Amino acid sequence: METVKRRKRKAFVDGSLCVACGCCVKVCPVSAIAVWKGIAAKVDMAKCVGCGKCAKECPASVIAVQEVGS
Amino acid sequence: MKKRWYDYLWILSLTYLTLGFFNILFAWLGLLCFFIPLIISVVSGTKGYCNRYCGRGQLFSLLGGRFGLSRKKDIPDWMKSKAFRYGFLAFFMVMFFLMLWNTFLVFSGAADLKQAVTILWTFKVPWNWAYHGTLIHPGAAQFAFGFYSVMLTSTILGLITMALFKPRSWCVYCPMGTMTQLICKAKAK
Repeated sequence: METVKRRKRKAFVDGSLCVACGCCVKVCPVSAIAVWKGIAAKVDMAKCVGCGKCAKECPASVIAVQEVGS
Repeated sequence: MKKRWYDYLWILSLTYLTLGFFNILFAWLGLLCFFIPLIISVVSGTKGYCNRYCGRGQLFSLLGGRFGLSRKKDIPDWMKSKAFRYGFLAFFMVMFFLMLWNTFLVFSGAADLKQAVTILWTFKVPWNWAYHGTLIHPGAAQFAFGFYSVMLTSTILGLITMALFKPRSWCVYCPMGTMTQLICKAKAK
């Protein structure tokens, strides 16, 4: 049987528009996102599972879940 | 997820707004919402207040999330632009200083105490039922009326944008949030 290879998905934050409110941090199930120095949210790519909860929660809608290569 | 003590700070915010309907002098407590975020950002260079302790944000999150009072739509692009955020902060500061000026006039005796709360910087609502006269100077009461106007106005704006967009849309253009983020940016350099 052929296995379908799924591409991995990760959250990406538009740092220039992020207000650093921290709403995303509260909903992340794997603690992969944190507010860096009160400036913008940053995603730990190794931990992120691309569930999209942060993107849904973000009041400024500056988080997008995108497919990443391989 | 395990709830911590600071997840219940929305109760304080709600209590604060309620107390203002009974005795306007409680409005002074709102200064905590101004000084704590500033102190946290200056001392630790983080937005710890927004991220953890902001009761107002929690209240919006609760009403818009669990109570379903939000459309959960994207906020328009112009509302998250730097121009609007900084512009709103500047406008907010000008109105705040005007309020301080009015307080000063009452303190100096040049103006009489006005027992009214101004909603959205425009509508003067008689609020004499929350003022029973005190031993302290009428100027202190004038500040309470002015400060409560600021807090009620921002809550109303927050509720409107909560309903129209996402629960914590207020956080996008909250003047305190914008200011603490600017402090953090300056500190990180």
